[in-house]
Amino acid sequence: MAVVFKKPKALTDAPFHYCPGCPHGIIHRLVAEVIDELGIKGKAIGVAPVGCAVMAYDYFACDMIEAAHGRAPAVATGIKRCRPENVVFTYQGDGDLASIGMAETVHSAARNENITVIFVNNAIYGMTGGQMAPTSLPGQVTQTSPYGRDVNHCGWPIKVSEMLSTLEGPEFIARVAVNNVKNVNAAKKAIKKAFQNQIDGKGFSLVEVVSACPTNWGMTPQKALEWVESDMLPYYPIGVYKDRTAAKEGK
Amino acid sequence: MAERVLMKGNEAIAEAAIRAGCRHYFGYPITPQTEIAAYMAKKMPKIGGVFLQAESEVASINMVYGAAAAGMRVMTSSSSPGISLKAEGLSYIAGSDVPALVVNVQRGGPGLGGIQPSQSDYFQATKGGGHGDYRMIVLAPASVQEMASLTIKGFNLADKYLMTAMILADGTIGQMMEPISFEDAQIETYEKPWALTGTNGERKHNIVNSLYLKPDELEVKNFERYERYKTVEEKEAMWEEYMMEDAEYCVVAFGIASRVAKNAVVAARAEGIKVGLIRPITLWPFPTKPLAAAAEKVKSFISVELNMGQMIEDIRLATGCKKPVSLCNRCGGMIPSPDEVLAAIRKAQKGE
Amino acid sequence: MKTTQILIAGFGGQGVLFAGKFLAYKGLTENLQVSWLPSYGPEMRGGTANCSVILSEDPVGSPIVTAPDVLIAMNLPSLQKYVDTVVPGGKIIVDSTLIDAKVERTDVEAFYLPATQLAKDAGFATLANMVLVGKLMKECSAVPFAGNRQTLESFIPAKKANLIDINCQALQTGYDF
Repeated sequence: MAVVFKKPKALTDAPFHYCPGCPHGIIHRLVAEVIDELGIKGKAIGVAPVGCAVMAYDYFACDMIEAAHGRAPAVATGIKRCRPENVVFTYQGDGDLASIGMAETVHSAARNENITVIFVNNAIYGMTGGQMAPTSLPGQVTQTSPYGRDVNHCGWPIKVSEMLSTLEGPEFIARVAVNNVKNVNAAKKAIKKAFQNQIDGKGFSLVEVVSACPTNWGMTPQKALEWVESDMLPYYPIGVYKDRTAAKEGK
Repeated sequence: MAERVLMKGNEAIAEAAIRAGCRHYFGYPITPQTEIAAYMAKKMPKIGGVFLQAESEVASINMVYGAAAAGMRVMTSSSSPGISLKAEGLSYIAGSDVPALVVNVQRGGPGLGGIQPSQSDYFQATKGGGHGDYRMIVLAPASVQEMASLTIKGFNLADKYLMTAMILADGTIGQMMEPISFEDAQIETYEKPWALTGTNGERKHNIVNSLYLKPDELEVKNFERYERYKTVEEKEAMWEEYMMEDAEYCVVAFGIASRVAKNAVVAARAEGIKVGLIRPITLWPFPTKPLAAAAEKVKSFISVELNMGQMIEDIRLATGCKKPVSLCNRCGGMIPSPDEVLAAIRKAQKGE
Repeated sequence: MKTTQILIAGFGGQGVLFAGKFLAYKGLTENLQVSWLPSYGPEMRGGTANCSVILSEDPVGSPIVTAPDVLIAMNLPSLQKYVDTVVPGGKIIVDSTLIDAKVERTDVEAFYLPATQLAKDAGFATLANMVLVGKLMKECSAVPFAGNRQTLESFIPAKKANLIDINCQALQTGYDF
């Protein structure tokens, strides 16, 4: 019988601990498929964050390290500078990358550190139970913004891709989403490019994946994906924000 | 006679690290240890190594964590306020059982404190600093020669026991120049099968991690780690004894304080006071053996420190409070003169 | 057991540290135990700067010179600050171009030479420090005067080798005064 669907080799057999309807599973899978397709499982070294994906080291079948909260780009820098022949990636959430780890994010981008960053933006702190994230939308109700995010009180959400694309340093910054099949396919393409860039020595490549958190948003998975379309994507538009090589080639 | 070169203490650390095989340095500027970074910035690119100035102490220690996990001899250096920022990373490095060398050229604190020499990070270095149950091997050089030799020793011990070795120096030893020789340097190398190298399709994936959500697993991890620490305590304590054979009083001092104390011991001996010096070279493991032995014969101890009295607690623990321990100290960047230490010795003799 | 404790004090920018460095290297060439310790910190150009040098036949204890055998004072605040720390029988070398005051102590030997003026007249205005060191070497037998060029060559980088001659001349000027 022809095999039409199977688990990527870059994923272990460990069952995901993610909540039902959580897109982390999809995003893990996309990363793993890309690793398989590029044939880099033996060279890949992944850096897991603190956040829902904290145990990503159990799921990816390549060498893995668990970083402190927000420090994944620094840890990845240390590894990549030691082992430039390896393919080093981080997998981080919004609290990790855009709040506590913003300095590490910005500076590794500014250095054009030759690493791949998968940034999962679901506008909330998932693992700790649904607190306001640096990317929570204005008015969004969370455990720590129970009356809705008041931008006059706690500021505006950070548009990471837009911000990083103003830097000279990074090679590739793109925002994708995983709320429907079309977007999932586009997301995989961007992730693949972000890994290929590293293999080609082009430098810092970050893919912001607009994701969902049905549990902490208090929605059904279906409703959460609709909310991505109706509320998240207007604020965080999909697109390639920076592509130095393409710009150079006049594309 | 071995060839001697004149070097600053901070430069001696950097040169020794390179000789020990360290090719990766990550740091952030802070006085009074900038010579280390400057030396590395100049040398590393010429020998195929990496010098990287990070965006913060926090980032630099995490780069060290990554590089250590990748199996490299790696180091960072800083001074007191910077070490506080690195404490997070030190805890992760300990929890992940990877080796690293961290240098603290201490300055006065707390807070921003001052930039003059101090030993007020003794507690931070020997009792923790970061969160959780862990230890670091803490080496306290008292000369430029030891800045070099203990750096090499530190790399060896870190690799051997899979933990951080900290060079706990001070601004004086960092800034001073003395002749040193590298001829006796013993470089040891250790296999690192746990390192992140990429599986190459040849082995199961390696995981470097400090997260254990199941309490029983975390407990076992900690038990295992402390078994290793026990070996370190049994085998690796280092100290120097000076004029202790017939001593009735024992001065205990490390680093720059021990240099001052030595002068005072010589002066006191000239006055006929039978006093000696025990100088801990490792602060953790603390040299309890010679102190316990001294407690059997001396009348009292004098702890000379550049802080408000931190090591004095370990002296009391090591001696089971068998004999009185007095404190002769300056802090905030001040260093006691030999005369001040001599006065403390005289007081001890009078039983004050 | 012979130990000489030297303190060189002046303004930042007067070459206090370099003068000390020369003496330390001189000790190294003579196979002595040496230590060189700068005051460090914000004391850059214009502020006070001092430097402890110890030359000894035995291992050096504390590298901090608190009771110098020899003091080189390159400005008035330094003389005032350290004059009383010099050991009885010790020596004080004073740049009399910049310091009008005299040493009032009678239990020390004071030497006055217009080092800044001498250096200026000889065409190496920035080397008053080395003129004073030349005088120190004359009055104190810690290290021999011969072989200065060799010592200078051992630590002055090749691209600054042109400075070796004038440093030798400055040392000689002080030595001969």
